[in-house]
Amino acid sequence: MAEGAAAARAVISLEAVHKRYRSDRPAVLDGIDLQVAEGEYLAVMGESGVGKTTLLNLLAGLDRPDAGRVTVDGVDLSTLDDDATTLLRRRAVGFVFQAFHVLPYLSVRQNVDLPLRLQGVDAGARRERTEQMLAALGIGALADRLPRELSGGELQRTAIARALIHRPRIVLADEPTGNLDPRSAAQMLALLRAQIKAHAGAGILITHSRAAAQTADRILILDARGLTTAERD
Amino acid sequence: MRGRRTLRGAWRVWGVLLRSQLREQPTRLILSVLAIALGVCLAAAIFLVNQAALAQFTDAGRRLVGSANVIVRGPRAGFAEALFGALARDPRVAIASPVLEIEAAVPGRREPLAILGIDPFRAGRLQSALVDGIGPRLPALFRTNAILLSAVAAARLGLHAGDALHVVVGDQPERLRVIGILPARAYSQPLGLMDIASAQWIFARIGRLNRIDLRLADGVDAAAFRAELSRRLPVGVLALAPHTQIDRTAAATRAYRVNLNMLALVALWTGAFLVFSTQSLSVLRRRASLALLRALGVTRAELQLALAAEGAALGAAGALLGVAGAVALADAMLRTFAGGLGDGRLQAVGAALPAQPAAIVGFFSIGVLVAAIGAWLPARSAARRPPAAALKGGNLGVESTAPSTWLLGAGFLALGGALARLPPIAHLALFGYLSIAALLLGAVLTVPAATVALLRVAPHTGRPVFDTAIAQLRDNVRPSTLSLASIIVSYSLMVAMMIMVHSFRSSFENWLVKLLPADIEMRVPPGNDTAFWSAGEQARISAVPGIAKIRFRRTLRIALDRRHPPITLIARDIDAADARQVLPIVAEAALARAARLQPVWISEGLADLYGYRAGQTIRLPLGGRLLGYAIAGVWRDYARSDGSIVLPRPAYEAATGDHDATQASLWLSPGFGAASVAAAVRARLAAGDAVQIMTSTAVRRRSLRVFDRAFAITYALEAIAVAIGLVGVAFAIGSTALARRAEFGMLRHIGLRRRDVVALLTEEGVVLTSIGVVYGLLLGVLLSLVLVFVVNRQSFHWSIDLAIPVLRLLELGLILVAAAAGTAILSGHAAGGEDAVRAVREDW
Repeated sequence: MAEGAAAARAVISLEAVHKRYRSDRPAVLDGIDLQVAEGEYLAVMGESGVGKTTLLNLLAGLDRPDAGRVTVDGVDLSTLDDDATTLLRRRAVGFVFQAFHVLPYLSVRQNVDLPLRLQGVDAGARRERTEQMLAALGIGALADRLPRELSGGELQRTAIARALIHRPRIVLADEPTGNLDPRSAAQMLALLRAQIKAHAGAGILITHSRAAAQTADRILILDARGLTTAERD
Repeated sequence: MRGRRTLRGAWRVWGVLLRSQLREQPTRLILSVLAIALGVCLAAAIFLVNQAALAQFTDAGRRLVGSANVIVRGPRAGFAEALFGALARDPRVAIASPVLEIEAAVPGRREPLAILGIDPFRAGRLQSALVDGIGPRLPALFRTNAILLSAVAAARLGLHAGDALHVVVGDQPERLRVIGILPARAYSQPLGLMDIASAQWIFARIGRLNRIDLRLADGVDAAAFRAELSRRLPVGVLALAPHTQIDRTAAATRAYRVNLNMLALVALWTGAFLVFSTQSLSVLRRRASLALLRALGVTRAELQLALAAEGAALGAAGALLGVAGAVALADAMLRTFAGGLGDGRLQAVGAALPAQPAAIVGFFSIGVLVAAIGAWLPARSAARRPPAAALKGGNLGVESTAPSTWLLGAGFLALGGALARLPPIAHLALFGYLSIAALLLGAVLTVPAATVALLRVAPHTGRPVFDTAIAQLRDNVRPSTLSLASIIVSYSLMVAMMIMVHSFRSSFENWLVKLLPADIEMRVPPGNDTAFWSAGEQARISAVPGIAKIRFRRTLRIALDRRHPPITLIARDIDAADARQVLPIVAEAALARAARLQPVWISEGLADLYGYRAGQTIRLPLGGRLLGYAIAGVWRDYARSDGSIVLPRPAYEAATGDHDATQASLWLSPGFGAASVAAAVRARLAAGDAVQIMTSTAVRRRSLRVFDRAFAITYALEAIAVAIGLVGVAFAIGSTALARRAEFGMLRHIGLRRRDVVALLTEEGVVLTSIGVVYGLLLGVLLSLVLVFVVNRQSFHWSIDLAIPVLRLLELGLILVAAAAGTAILSGHAAGGEDAVRAVREDW
C-alpha cells in the first residue's frame, strides 16, 4: 500500500521496461524498473552503449519500449500518440545536451524563450520569465548575442535556461558537461541542480563522471543487469 | 617547382574530396553532371543540326552556281534575251549560260517548285556536277514539256519517271512530263530541270531570261568586270559575285540560328548556376572537414585548386555525356525532321551529320569551363576562410551574413542597361545578348542584399514556427540565396521568353486582324511566279454572285540591291489618307505629297536593312525604269523580314503595264456563305483547284497555329531550364534538411511535432522560393524589355508591342512555389523522423 502511494507520488515511473533495437543483438534495456519522486534529482551512470540515452528517449516519449510501461506525472506514455507525446514533452520536459544544441540563427534570448513561444505564453509574461531566467544563469548581458559569439560554458548556460524556462516537471540532462572544462563543469552542475530544485518536479542526469554524479540526490548504475543503486562517496 | 608541388598536392586532395563526395552525395553529383550534360547536349545538337542543314544548303547553292564567277540576275519577270547575246560575244567572257528561273505553282501544294530552264550544253560546262546527272536522258530533255526532277522533288511530289506533273501558268493548268529523276547526289534540294526553250514556251516567257551565268576568260578581273557590267545593265538587273548568291540564305537565316543557339545555351547557363550553387552549398556543408584538411597541412592553393577541379570534373563528365548525346540527338533530328531548326527557310532533306571535331571539342570545353567557373568562386572563399574558426564551432563558426556583392551586382546591372542601347553588329543583336548576361549576373550578385532587405521587413507573426523559419533564413542569407541563383536565372529567362512570345503573339494577332479585314482571302500558291489572274479573270471573279466587294493585289519580288535578298512589292488599293486603316503603320511622314511623287509604305525590315526613313524618296526598278516614290510611312510586316513595300495599284499598273493580280480580299453579300462563294470562284477559273481560298478567320487560326508551332521548341528549351533550376532548389532544400537533422532533432526534443518540423522546412522553402519567384519575375520583366525592344528588333527587323501575360506568369510562379513546398514537405518528413531524434547525439 505504502509502495503504491510512493508510486502515485512518483513523477517518473518505469515498470519492467524492455527495449531491443535488433533481433540479433541483446536487449539494450531488459526489465528496467525506476521510480523518481517529486523533487528528486537522480544521476544515472554506465558504460558507453549500455542504454543510458535510450532510457532518456523512453522517458521523453521519443522512443517506445517493446514491453513495459513508462509513466510521466501519472500519464502512461503508451496511451498517447506521437502528437500527444510531443505536446506532453513540450509542456513537461526540459532537455540539456552535451553538444548544447542551440539554434545558431536565434539570439540567446530567442533560444531561451522558444519553449514559452511554443506553449503560446503571451509576450509580456514571456519577456519577464526570460529576463529572470537569463539573470539567474548569469547570461543576461549576452541576451542579444548569437550562439557563434559565445563560449562553450555560455552556450551550455543558454541550453540550461531553455530547458528550465517553462518550468517542466522533469529535466533530462544527457552528459551536459561533456564539452566543458572541469571548473565550468562544476559551476554548471551546481547551477543545474539549483534550478531543478527551484523550478522542476524531478531531474535525471546521465553522466560518465563520478564527480558530476555526486551532485545528484541518488546515483544509479545502468549495466546489462539493469539499474542498481550506487553508494555515494 | 613550387607550382608542380601545388599541382601534385591539389591532385591528391582532389582525389580525397571527390571520393568522399561520391560516397556521401552521389545523387547531388549525378544531378549536377546531368544538368551540364543536358545544357551541352541541347546547345550542341541544335548547332550541329543547323550546321548540317546549312552545309547542305550551301552545297546546293554551289552546285547551282558551279564554276561561274559572275551571275547576272534580273527581276523574276526577266529581261530581254538580247542581253545574253551581247554578253556571250564579249571577248572577256569565256562561257555564258542563259537561265530561266521559275518558281512554278503546283496545284494542291503550298510551296512552289523551283524550275531551272537551262541550255544543257552551256550549263554542262559551268554546273557540271548538276548537269552530269542528266546522263543519257539529255536528248529527251529537248522534247516540249519534258522535265527532270531532283530526287527530293520527286519524293515530295510523289512522282516517278513517266508521270505527269501539273503546273499553273497564269490561270491555265499545264502538263509537264517527268522524263527521269536526277541521282540524289546531283542536287539535295527540290528542283526541276528543263531545256530553256521549253521553259520559255511553257511559262509564256518567250524571249525572256532572268539569269545569265558567266565564266570569265583567264586573267580577267572578275570584280572590275562586275563593276563595269553593272553600269550598263538594264534597270533592275544586277551583276553578282557567286558567293553573294550562295551566302544569301545563310545570311538570311543567321539571326534565327543565332537566337536558337542562344536559347539552347540558356540550359547550359542555368546548369552553370546549378554547379555554382551546389558547389557553394557543398563547400559550406564541408567547412569543418575542409578546415581539417587545412589544419593537416593542405595549402590554400592546393585546396582552392582541388575544389575548382572538383567542379571541372563534374563539368567534364557532364560535357562528355552532353556531346555524345548531342551527336545522337542531332542524327535523330536530321533523320526525323529533315533538319533545319530556324524559321523554315533552312530545310535540309536527309542531310548527313558532318564530322565537326572542332565544334564537339568547343562544346565540351564550354561545359567544362562553365562548371569550373561555377566552382571557382566557392573554392576561393573556402580556401580563404581561416581554418580555426570552422574547426572550433562547426555550424556556429560560420559567418553567414550577406556578402557585400551588391555593389558589383549594381555595376553589372548598369552595364546591362548600357549594352542594351548599343546597335547591332552585322544584323546580330550581340550587345543585346551581352546585356542579358550582364543583367543576369548583376541580379544574382544583388540577390543576397535584396533578400536581406525583404527578410528585414518580414512581419513578426507570433507563430513560433514561421518566425523561426524567417530567423533561420535571415541568418543564412548566403547559403539560402545561393540555392536561389539557379531558379532565379531559369525562371527570369522563362518569364522574359513568355513575355516576349506573348507580346509577339498578341502583336501578330492584331496584325492579322488589320491585314485580313474581309470575309474571304484568296491567292495563287504563294512564292510562285507563274500563276496569276489576268484582268479578264479578275472580272470573272468579281462577277461571282455573293461578292459585295473585292480588292485585288499583285505581289512580286524585286531586287533593290545586290547585297540583300529581293524584297516583296505589294501593289494594292490604298490611299494615303486612310493608310492607317489598312496597314499597321508605325511611322508616318506628312511630306509625301509635297514631293509630288506617288506614296509608298515600306516595312520596318526594308527601313532597317536599307536605311530608309519615312519622308525619304525610294527608287524602284519597275517596267525597266528606275522610278522615284515618296515613303509615306513605315509599316509592320511580320510575314517578310527581308523587306516589303506597298504601292498603290494604279501607280504600279501605270509604271509597269502589269494588270495581273495574285491575291484578293472578298467581302460577302448578306445571305451568302463562304463555301458556296469559294466554290463559285473556283468554277470560274480554269485552274480553280490551285487557288487557295480561306475565310479570314481560318487564315488567322492557321497562322496562329504555325506561330505556336514555331515557338514550341522555345517553350521546350525554357521548360528544361526551369526544370534544372527546380532541381537546384530541390537539392538545396534536401541537402539543407539533411545538414540540419540534429537541429530538427533538438526541436523535436523540446516539443515540436513532426508536422511542425515539416511546416518549418516548408515555410522556409515557400518564403525562399517566393522571394526567388518575385525577384525572377522582376528580372524577367527587365530581360523581356531587352528581348522585345533590342534582340527582336535588331534580329528580325520588326517591332512588337509589349504585353505581359500576368495570369500565366502568376500560374508558373505558383507552380514553382508549390514544387518547392512539395520538396520541402518530403524533406521535412525525412528530416523530422526518428533519425533526427538520434541525430542530436551526433556532434554538429
